[in-house]
Amino acid sequence: MTLQGVLDAVAAVLMVTGALLSLAAGVALLRFPDLLSRMHAAAKPQVLGLLLMLTGCAIRIATVVDITTMVLIAVFQLATAPVAAHMVGRAAYRDGQTRTDLLLTDELAPHLDRFSDKPDDKPSRFPATPPE
Amino acid sequence: MSPQRPSALTKRERLRSRAIAVIGLVLVWNLLWGAFTWLNTITGAVIAVALLVVFPLPPVKFGGRLRPVAVVKFFARFFFDLTVASFQVAFLAFRRGEPRSAIVAVELRVKSDLNMTLVAEAVSLVPGSLIAEADHQTGTLYIHMLGVRDAAHLERLRAEVLQLEARLVRAIGSDAELRLVEAPVPTDREERPA
Amino acid sequence: MTYAAVAIAVLLTAACAMTLVRIVRGPTTLDRIVATDVLLAITATAILAEAAFSRDPTALPVLVVVSLLGITGSVAVARFVSREQDS
Repeated sequence: MTLQGVLDAVAAVLMVTGALLSLAAGVALLRFPDLLSRMHAAAKPQVLGLLLMLTGCAIRIATVVDITTMVLIAVFQLATAPVAAHMVGRAAYRDGQTRTDLLLTDELAPHLDRFSDKPDDKPSRFPATPPE
Repeated sequence: MSPQRPSALTKRERLRSRAIAVIGLVLVWNLLWGAFTWLNTITGAVIAVALLVVFPLPPVKFGGRLRPVAVVKFFARFFFDLTVASFQVAFLAFRRGEPRSAIVAVELRVKSDLNMTLVAEAVSLVPGSLIAEADHQTGTLYIHMLGVRDAAHLERLRAEVLQLEARLVRAIGSDAELRLVEAPVPTDREERPA
Repeated sequence: MTYAAVAIAVLLTAACAMTLVRIVRGPTTLDRIVATDVLLAITATAILAEAAFSRDPTALPVLVVVSLLGITGSVAVARFVSREQDS
């Protein structure tokens, strides 16, 4: 087996694994009982699935220009995914979309009154929010 | 705002955080062009300075220093955790029954904005844990954990978050912060409802 | 390599189909947003796979933009939903 053949095989394995993670995310999206659990499923293709695909892609297209682009894709994805997840997760919890019967403990509920979303409550944290 | 977070930065700290921002932006600019050349670096620096003048960022206090070995350790462990957790959540998807979860409060020991942000990012990138809420006055993260089996497992997961914080502080924290995380974890939990 | 390409195509198509079911079923806006995020991630994965198999990097800059902008939709909707709860 040539070096190229070995590299291709490694790339193929990485990429199939990435695709499998995407499939698992699809299954989890359908089967998990509540929104917060489904969001855990969403994190897989967004993070590890994409990273595996990027690695496979980088092995196949091994030029400096394209690898820098791929590094940027990875960095941006890793930096932005948690922000979106946090915003959605926070809204979901407040909306009462958590299946509390499946929760082992909920250490947030007793503190929730601290995190009022009313704009007049915390003028210093979100100064850009226009008063409603 | 809160006593433990001195919001007023000295001029030198402000300059330092600006310099880090410029270096980061120049790096991104070079990566976008796909080559590290003098031309890219100079134009990137001009654009970065212009950007920071037009859209000034809120000042971030970065009091620590980089420890390269600890940084490598942090990333190695992070990607290891990421891989393991991804497959664990994937198996949960195919298993019978609905997975149990829990929302845990983890009080971080270093309460700076930078530390809280980075720990929260790392925690939520790993599948199976998700930040539901963050209280930056007490430095507490409320984390939704998936696939928690029982109370002992829960405590282990809580300890793992604190270990992650310790690794992060070892990588980029200051010496004072390092002493905070190296101290043994206090065992009293009277403020936490069971 | 052809087998891998076929396998990846089948896996990603199945994943997309399941995600679409979740988008249609909902039941809430937030469910749909999470599913849309996943759909976007799977699409990005598919574009990457295509780029790798054809060794053609043309689509990569598109993915830079996608990975930056993917966040805006979900953040906007999440803000919108939490506003609604307050009023």
